[in-house]
Amino acid sequence: MGGKVLTVTSGKGGVGKTTTTANLAVALAATGDKVVCLDADIGLRNLDVVMGLENRIVYDLVDIVEGRARLRQAMIKDKRLPELYLIPAAQTRDKAAVSPTDMIKLCNELRNEVDWILVDSPAGIERGFRNAVAPADQVLIVTNPEVSAVRDADRIVGLLEAEEKGPGHLIINRLKPEMVKRGDMLSTEDVLDILAIPLIGVVPEDEGILVSSNRGAPAAMDERSRAGQAFRDVARRLKGEDVPFPSLDDNKSFFQRLAARFTRAS
Amino acid sequence: MSDRIAIKGIRDGLLITVTDAGEWPATAKEVITRLDEKADFFKGARLTLEVGARAIPAAELGRLRDAFSERGVSLTTVLSESALTTSAAQALGLKVAVAAPPPPAVQAQLEAEVDPEEVREDAVLVRRTLRSGRSVRHAGHVVVLGDVNPGAEIEAGGDIVVWGRLRGVAHAGAGGDEAAVVCALDLAPTQLRIARFIATSPARKGTPQPEMARVKDGHIVAERWSPKR
Repeated sequence: MGGKVLTVTSGKGGVGKTTTTANLAVALAATGDKVVCLDADIGLRNLDVVMGLENRIVYDLVDIVEGRARLRQAMIKDKRLPELYLIPAAQTRDKAAVSPTDMIKLCNELRNEVDWILVDSPAGIERGFRNAVAPADQVLIVTNPEVSAVRDADRIVGLLEAEEKGPGHLIINRLKPEMVKRGDMLSTEDVLDILAIPLIGVVPEDEGILVSSNRGAPAAMDERSRAGQAFRDVARRLKGEDVPFPSLDDNKSFFQRLAARFTRAS
Repeated sequence: MSDRIAIKGIRDGLLITVTDAGEWPATAKEVITRLDEKADFFKGARLTLEVGARAIPAAELGRLRDAFSERGVSLTTVLSESALTTSAAQALGLKVAVAAPPPPAVQAQLEAEVDPEEVREDAVLVRRTLRSGRSVRHAGHVVVLGDVNPGAEIEAGGDIVVWGRLRGVAHAGAGGDEAAVVCALDLAPTQLRIARFIATSPARKGTPQPEMARVKDGHIVAERWSPKR
């Protein structure tokens, strides 16, 4: 069997699927695992941009599927991490260029080459989504703490259950602790209350993410990035480590947090 | 219509049995045609394909599965005596055996003992949470053991009972029965309809209580359910 196929999906667009895929890939590769990212958003590719590999694309996913390129030829090697690769989507084609069966075949080949295959799903629940989910061993559902994103995530969970892909694991992205505290944003508990699936990550809102996406250097490479740390925690959980969810209250000092812990315990 | 392709309902969904011995591409096409004839019926269905001793290469099976998938039908299982077909199905991640039926339940031996006034009552029991985008439509009553999430819909000719949180849309007495009721452990639907009446939920105050909604004097009213009644 070998490598594990992880599909990152969300239903709603713009919640951070591509950012999540890029950062998890970097975080997993930084632990020494061999990782390949697969951009399944044919026609609207941007994983290559976020990973800073756009200028090195020669072959893409559709070239492999249609036999114009061998798997190895289309795997772009990231120069910053030794074991990180990208297979980009085709920009000039559409979702119908690839079938779920093609994706399963491709991923089965990749399993022999790498430890992790991260599939970046397009938004929506149509062909592109089915392509991305077909090969998955595990599905990560990204949502934002807002009602419409959670509604779409709920739809995705229902579709995954129907496809027998399990309920999936949840990543809550772009949480603003101070807004939650004011009662202006859904809390982690509110989201879990509706979706009722296992949580694997909570990523705080971080302006640095936008900067790093534009620069093509995922935040997980930056030791000081808070969002990057959250993605590194997800990577460790994916590898089976039991990593506690840190409190997102950044306004409190360490001693205040320590004091709060004691009051809670007593 | 040929009887070389038989379709019937089984515990796991639908079973298509192909006994036709003709060329596979033609047979596959015929199966697809049968699906298309009743597209609405098959949509969302989980399919088991039984092909006897016929050998089907993985590429052909994959193509059929994609064609099903495009029609909203998921092929889950392939039953065959052919080793080639079985290994092709396994390579595609399909199951090759139908799950064993559960041991015969005690209920099976129970003799029906229902008063005549209940005999005409017909209900479906949904034992899971209905998530966004799901709908249940039934001429009789609908009972859900689980939540009804926002974006899910229930339409029942009779009553709706939700042992969980009702937050989607519920329409009881959809055929015009104004005596129909809707009950839930937490009654907070996006919209509630009984027969021709429509109501939305007031803002929640306090902890949720089991409630029952019914039509009273031309309005939908929800009353807390209390055991002393």
